[in-house]
Order: sequence, then structure tokens, then C-alpha cells
Amino acid sequence: MTAKDMTDFSAEKVIEIKALNKAFGSYQVLEGANLDLYKGENLVVLGKSGTGKSVLIKIIVGLLRPDSGLVNVLGHKVDEISYQELLDLRLRIGFSFQNSALYDSMTVRDNLEFPLVRNRKDLTKPEVNALIEEMLDAVGLAQTINQMPSELSGGQRKRIGIARTLILKPEIMLYDEPTAGLDPITSKEINKLINDVQERYHTSAIVITHDLTCAKEVGNRVAMLMERRFERQGSFEDIFNSGDQLAQPFYDYNFIQ
Amino acid sequence: MSLEQEKTAETPKPVGKFGNLFITLYNVFGFIGRFFREAFLPPYEFKELMRQCYEIGYRSALLISTTGFITGLVFTKQSRPSLSEFGATSWLPSLVGIALLRTLAPLLTGLIAAGKVGSSIGAELGSMKVSEQIDAMEVSATNPFKFLVATRVLAATITMPILTFYTAMVGMLGALLNVSVNEGTSATTFFQSALENITYLDIIASTVKAIIFGFTIAIVGCYQGYHSSKGTEGVGKAANSAVVTAMFLIFVEEVVCVQIFSLFNT
Ligand SMILES: Nc1ncnc2c1ncn2[C@@H]1O[C@H](COP(=O)(O)OP(=O)(O)OP(=O)(O)O)[C@@H](O)[C@H]1O
Ligand SMILES: [Mg+2]
Repeated sequence: MTAKDMTDFSAEKVIEIKALNKAFGSYQVLEGANLDLYKGENLVVLGKSGTGKSVLIKIIVGLLRPDSGLVNVLGHKVDEISYQELLDLRLRIGFSFQNSALYDSMTVRDNLEFPLVRNRKDLTKPEVNALIEEMLDAVGLAQTINQMPSELSGGQRKRIGIARTLILKPEIMLYDEPTAGLDPITSKEINKLINDVQERYHTSAIVITHDLTCAKEVGNRVAMLMERRFERQGSFEDIFNSGDQLAQPFYDYNFIQ
Repeated sequence: MSLEQEKTAETPKPVGKFGNLFITLYNVFGFIGRFFREAFLPPYEFKELMRQCYEIGYRSALLISTTGFITGLVFTKQSRPSLSEFGATSWLPSLVGIALLRTLAPLLTGLIAAGKVGSSIGAELGSMKVSEQIDAMEVSATNPFKFLVATRVLAATITMPILTFYTAMVGMLGALLNVSVNEGTSATTFFQSALENITYLDIIASTVKAIIFGFTIAIVGCYQGYHSSKGTEGVGKAANSAVVTAMFLIFVEEVVCVQIFSLFNT
């Protein structure tokens, strides 16, 4: 696998985060964090467990509120807009949960249909079905359409979760640990899926992961979250081939152990 | 709203028992307020509402039928000795009719629904919360409050009066069985005297109570589920406190309603 091209920094910023602070009670999770996402890039966010990676993307979609700082997503300050505006903005963002979060009382078809019929009232029934099939094809799981989430494997659930968010054709994808807990082969398939999505739908994406193989395969750029902010940002090679003291433990863990 | 949701997710600041009580009350009233703000504005989740009505009726039908029937039968049997002392066993149907319709049916249905419906709403929403399914609805630009809470509360509020009158009817069948065996009363005579002393006020009062109970059961279940803490333990707690809180409130509401309706009765 050859390294991916570096981000095009002349592209517009679809997400702009400046001096972001977030604490839970007295526990400061993010402090003065800065991060930009450029149009068309896959940005990998690396960081130890509990450093606030999930919190970061939950702030981006307005599931959590920042204490202070600027969070500008597609030109909207997420903490200042109304709930209805927030819902409209979320239409343009796909969020793939760490634990898939499939609706477990619904079949795979209904999971995909759920966001679609509520947000795209203009579509006819055949168009809805066609879209569902297209998305299931995109994640390679057309045969599971009538199954319940409980009948799927962890990797299949992840992919259905991704399909469910893709169905609204988002401009930004946020993947929370897409390969965590999966075997290397399934992980590779997910990595390929993330790259396919980038190419096919021209999305910009933040990919949260601990998995350096994933980081290397999907990321145009890597940002490392540590000590409550993004200490390192750059290409995979910049960060991991420079003998960086902060980054090295990650590399060692992934490739030496 | 995402803001409200977060308030409960974070560890509360140490404000003492009383402070916590006020925070909870504030959140509960906020939740109820949100229901009234959102339930009646489009988009409507009509299909889901129908499904919930069916679920609630279906879940409690069997239990309500048996308990209603047995209550009617036993109540009649136990009341007979005191009435027969005055040679007034012919009043049995009318006594049973009033008792069932005014109090037994609403209360019985309320308590059973609190156990069956309240617990399952609490557990269902609790596990959806814990497994981030509610968040998933949020981020897919669907208002989960409308889909999950508004439909369930409306469904319970609509179905409870129906279930209550059903309980009253089944209870009367139980009573009928008892009096027809003991006194040989015919069904026509029984129902005539059972319904003779029932007024419109009784029917209105029971309907109002049933509506209040249904609303209470569902809103409490939804609140507990929607705000359940992380982990499987949180789901159990949500289901449990949904039942306990709803049952307690039903008794309180029963007392208050009886007081209020007795003002009209004079
Ligand atoms: N709703 C919440 N209430 C209180 N604390 C929270 C909440 N969400 C997250 N935290 C805390 O914030 C910290 C960061 O959490 P987060 O889930 O973002 O970690 P993470 O970087 O995604 O870790 P992992 O790689 O294990 O998923 C954790 O210590 C967690 O306890
Ligand atoms: Mg996480």
C-alpha cells in the first residue's frame, strides 16, 4: 500500500476548531484544541483511550456542547444554532458510532430506511429501495437486508452502521474507531470501504482510531490528540518516521508488539 | 434537546440532596414541557403511534382480562355477606358496577400497565440510550424525542381509557358469573341494575383518571429510560424506577382525583 497523497491545503475548511475547551465536572478533557478538516481529505485522529476523541466528534455534531472555543462546521457554529438548524446541519454529516448503534428492534432495511424516509420526503418508494440497495452494495452486505442487527457479526454491524450514515449522502463523515475489535482482514475491508467512500462520494472525513495500519491506509493526514490538545499534525511519515518522542509509543505498540 | 441530554449525562455538581431533588424536578418538568411542545407539531410519527397503541394494548390485555375478571368475581363474593345481613343481596350488581367503574378498574388497569408497559418503556428506551441508539437518531437528523417519547406517551394516553373500560366490563362478567350461580340473576337483569346508578360524571371521572394514569406511566417510563445512566445496570434501574415511581404517582393521583370529583358530586 503506497502512502496516500497529502491533504490539499488550498481547499476550503469544512470543519474549523479553535481553542476548544471541554470539561466534565472538574475533569478537563480538551483544552485549547485546534483542528481543521479540509474538503476532500481523510484526517486520522490518533490518541490514547480516554483522551477525548469521541468527545471531540460528539461536539462536532452537537451531541455535546463545548465549554468555550470555536466549532465551525460547514459554515455554522454548532453551539450557537437552533435545534432545527442543528438537525439540518446533521443531515450533511455522517456519524459512524464506535459501537455501531444500530436500531436493534429494526431489520437492516429499516435501519437504513429510518433516516431516509424522515429526511427525504421527496423520494418515491422505488427510489428509497434503490438507495438502500446501493448502500448495502457499497458496504458489500446486500444479502443481510432482512436480517436483524443481533444476527450480524461485529464487522458487519460496523459496515451497516456506515451504510446507514452514507445513505443521506453526507459531505462529512465522522468514523469513531471503525476497525476497533475487528480482525486484520475485516479491518482491511473497512479501510478500503473508507477510501471508497472518499472517492465515490467525495466526502471529507475524520477517522478516529488506535490502529496505525488503518491510519496509514486511509489518512491523508494524521493528528495526534494528547495532553488535551492536538500536539502533532502532519503526514503519517512526518510523525512516525522522525523518531518523535511523543508519537513513538504508538508506533511501537502497533508494529513491534 | 442535546443540551438537556448532556446535563444529565455529566456528573452533577455536589449540591446536596435537596439541590438534587430540585434539579430532578426541573428536568422532569422540562421533559413534560418538551412533550407538549413537540407532540402536537409536525412531522407526525403516525405509524409508530399506531404500533405503540397496539403494543400497549397487546402487552397488557391478557393480564388485565384475568385480573379484571377475578377482581369482579372475588369482590362480589366478599361483599355478599355484609349485604345479606340487611337482606340486600339484590344490590350486589349495582354495588359492583359502581365500585368497578369508579375505582377498581382505573386503579387496577393503571397498576398493571405501570408494571407491564412502564417497565418495558423504561427498559427499551434505557437500552437505546445506553447503546447510543438515541444519539444515532439525533445525528441522523431525526428528532428522537418525537419518535420515541411523543408516540409512547400519546399511545398510552389514548389506550388507557379503552383498557380501563375493558377491565370494568371483564370485571362485571366475573361478578355476573358469581351472582348468576348464587342468586340465579339473569345477565339482562344484572347489567340493568349494575349500570343503573352509574352517572355520566362517573364515566367522565374514570376516563380522566385513565388518561392521567396513562400519561403518567408513559412519561415516567420515557423519562427514566431517556436519562438512564450508562451500563446495563442503568437499564435495570430505569425499568425498576419507572414502575415504582409510576405506581406511587398513580395512588397520589387517585386520591387527588377522588377529592376533586367529589366536589362535583354534591
Ligand atoms: N457524557 C460524559 N459524561 C462524563 N464524562 C464523560 C462523558 N463522555 C466522556 N466522558 C469522559 O471524557 C473522557 C474522554 O472520553 P472519550 O469517550 O472521548 O474517550 P476516547 O478518546 O474516545 O477513548 P476511547 O479510545 O476509549 O474510545 C473520558 O475520561 C470519559 O470518562
Ligand atoms: Mg471513543
